[in-house]
Amino acid sequence: MSTVVDDHNHEAHHDHKPSGITRWLFTTNHKDIGSMYLWFSLIMFFVGGAMAMVIRAELFQPGLQLVEPQFFNQMTTVHGLVMIFGAVMPAFTGLANWMVPMMIGAPDMALPRMNNWSFWILPFAFVILLSSLFMEGGGPDFGWTFYAPLSTTYSNDSTALFVFAVHIMGISSIMGAINVIVTIINMRAPGMTYMKMPLFVWTWLITAFLLIAVMPVLAGAVTMVLTDKYFGTSFFNAAGGGDPVMFQHIFWFFGHPEVYIMILPSFGIISAIIPTFSRKKLFGYSSMVYATASIAILSFLVWAHHMFTTGMPVFAELFFMYCTMLIAVPTGVKVFNWVATMWRGAISFEVPMLFALAFVILFTIGGFSGVMLAMTPVDFQYHDTYFVVAHFHYVLVTGAIFSVMAASYYWLPKWTGHMYDTTLARLHFWCSLISVNVLFFPMHFAGLAGMPRRIPDYAVQFADINQITSIGGFAFGLSQLLFLWLVIKCARGGEKATAKPWDGAEGLEWTVPSPAPYHTFETPPKVE
Amino acid sequence: MKMKPLWALPLLYSASALSQERSLNLTKGVTEVSRDVYDLHMTIFYICCVIGVVVFGLMFYSMIRHRKSRGREPAKFHENVKVEILWTLIPFLILVGMAIPATSTLIAMEDTSDADVTIQVTGSQWKWHYKYFDREVEFFSRLATQQQQIDNKFDKSENYLREVDNPLVLPTGQKVRFLVTSDDVIHSWWVPDFAVKKDANPGFINEAWTRIDEPGIYRGQCAELCGKDHGFMPIVVIAKTPEDYAKWIDETEAKQIAEQKRQQELLDMEMSMDELMAMGEKIYNSTCAACHQPNGQGISGTFPALAGSPIASKPENIDKHIDIVLHGVQGSAMQAFAQQLTMQELASVITYERNAWGNDTGEMVQAADINAAMNK
Repeated sequence: MSTVVDDHNHEAHHDHKPSGITRWLFTTNHKDIGSMYLWFSLIMFFVGGAMAMVIRAELFQPGLQLVEPQFFNQMTTVHGLVMIFGAVMPAFTGLANWMVPMMIGAPDMALPRMNNWSFWILPFAFVILLSSLFMEGGGPDFGWTFYAPLSTTYSNDSTALFVFAVHIMGISSIMGAINVIVTIINMRAPGMTYMKMPLFVWTWLITAFLLIAVMPVLAGAVTMVLTDKYFGTSFFNAAGGGDPVMFQHIFWFFGHPEVYIMILPSFGIISAIIPTFSRKKLFGYSSMVYATASIAILSFLVWAHHMFTTGMPVFAELFFMYCTMLIAVPTGVKVFNWVATMWRGAISFEVPMLFALAFVILFTIGGFSGVMLAMTPVDFQYHDTYFVVAHFHYVLVTGAIFSVMAASYYWLPKWTGHMYDTTLARLHFWCSLISVNVLFFPMHFAGLAGMPRRIPDYAVQFADINQITSIGGFAFGLSQLLFLWLVIKCARGGEKATAKPWDGAEGLEWTVPSPAPYHTFETPPKVE
Repeated sequence: MKMKPLWALPLLYSASALSQERSLNLTKGVTEVSRDVYDLHMTIFYICCVIGVVVFGLMFYSMIRHRKSRGREPAKFHENVKVEILWTLIPFLILVGMAIPATSTLIAMEDTSDADVTIQVTGSQWKWHYKYFDREVEFFSRLATQQQQIDNKFDKSENYLREVDNPLVLPTGQKVRFLVTSDDVIHSWWVPDFAVKKDANPGFINEAWTRIDEPGIYRGQCAELCGKDHGFMPIVVIAKTPEDYAKWIDETEAKQIAEQKRQQELLDMEMSMDELMAMGEKIYNSTCAACHQPNGQGISGTFPALAGSPIASKPENIDKHIDIVLHGVQGSAMQAFAQQLTMQELASVITYERNAWGNDTGEMVQAADINAAMNK
């Protein structure tokens, strides 16, 4: 026992970390910042989830029961913004902070002070956004896509707060991305060539370039909304020579790469977990890298597939349809590679692997509906219905969120130094898996049957489907409390984790002890 | 719609799935285009199913056969150029196969030339306006479901939220062209049975077309988030045979021309306070209350209150009040109602606003005042 205490003292002395709140406020340590990002993301996941519960409760039955249509619109809008900018993106940035330096053998991120700043402005952005809900007239209610002129001439007084909040989130993302790029390019350990980097590092490098390319476009879009609303410009107002459809072109030029920003790091996570628990090297490493890069490039050429009904020329519709369908090829390559990695491996089903397998199957289902949506003539029927809602929740919840869960279960022993409660983790997995499908699968049918999205009340023929969906929603929401409980329990104690708790795992992060010391790789490791 | 016990859900669900098979899949519709779209939908769906069965089948085979607990030793391979080229090429060819029929359907859908009938569809918060080209026929089409049904005070009718006061009437067998636009925010005109969904963009005109095969009633609704009552602006189309349609449009045209004449004659007539208030309350509740609320309190921060507002309660502001109702407020959600309501309706609703909810100005506005304000 005394040796443990000694170790601790020694470590604390060696680490020079201040105690109490100042440790977290002033930290420049990538692990501290990574943890803060991850906790922030988890809190936002529950905040956005609570809003989803309000939505599902209102939609449980036809008629207006709980909330007014205007508040319903605020819920759908802020749910989207919180989940995208508050839950998914910070979760990936948190994972990058924790894992990228350890995976490439670097002592920390390249720009530690900027790292601190990029995290600490985020809570302020969300305080601004969420407090706008309590303003007179309510928060943003024009959908997370904030199409003009609904978000300009016709929006309520809190629009300025929405604009500033999005600006701060964008600045935070850009700084995070710069940090990732500089770290990966400059701080790899000797011998860690580009084509030896783990795929999580590769996918994050490409994601970071996407972020730098498109977040300024979003900033431009919100600024134009701001000046149109408050300063009399007419970017999106036809009466002043502008064009409301131009808003959509600008928004989706950001918006489409944005959806890959939220899925490419997932590909990296899954490409780490499947080989570990198949005890076999990742199949087609270099084709994975090329596929990721081609998805990123194609993502700039497909934005208008969100806008087929806006009245584009046939030529443009054909171009965007073909490019969109093309994305299925590199995405397919990835799925085939994962299946080939499992093929003739020695597979075991630890919790990270369960989430990874669910990811592959359910993300692929989201991919199928994506190909269907890409076909312009049929998209006229699917567009803005629950079919679309089902599609993007399959790729974002059972895609991005499941991959973050998989990553958490994979690296929790490394972060906390403890093994988590496996029974609880399995319970969380099975509850999530079943409820998420009860939640999102029937939405396909609601959409095909003709139910538009973003409506607080619906015709009676959609009643049964919505009731089932809502029950799935409540069950999925409650299941996530298990995860919260598990993480807290694991952080506070548990069976001691070894440096490499998964026998098939590969990579530099498993060469350091668990929990990872405050400073790692102060002397760079040598990679053969 | 009464609440059903939860345990009965799966049972009820499968029962309703059997009785309304259509409601779980895409609408097949009543036009050649909508059937092409449906066929395309089913083709892609089946292709996806086959790919899914193959990929997931291999995955499950591997999960069952290649597990560690069976004592498997992992194989060593981790690349195979031939296989990788193959599974890049095959999906590509499948996609080309899908793109060919999609392209021809799309080109047919976008050919709006040689229309027999042209109709201008204008969306506004939260109703549709239809104007028949070359005829003196135009009208607004609003939700007909009672507010009490929405508030769960009355039972919900069969076509809850899918019924309107004035449906659009179209001929069968003729090519109908829609010119779609908007007065305020973006709306989207969608009737699944025609596979027509076109955004209504303010300041721009979009084109779409359809040719309906069978007479009938077809329902749809707005498909683009357009504010508070986006869920409450349905579309109903009645398709009539060309003979019935010709009869309907002649009658409606005659009726509308007669009504315009009557309006001109009524200009000289004075209405009493009671008449004005009664008519005004009706118009207010159907046209203004969605934003300004039935009690005139508005929604703070978004829609201004009329009760006690200087414009609606101070005598010196009466001209300003009339001007706002007629021409709207630039840069806000307040629309111009000069073309949406008759002069009598405008006069009565302004009178109502100036005398209801404690705005007791005692002033009356007559149709002649509106006429004068319009001609100013």
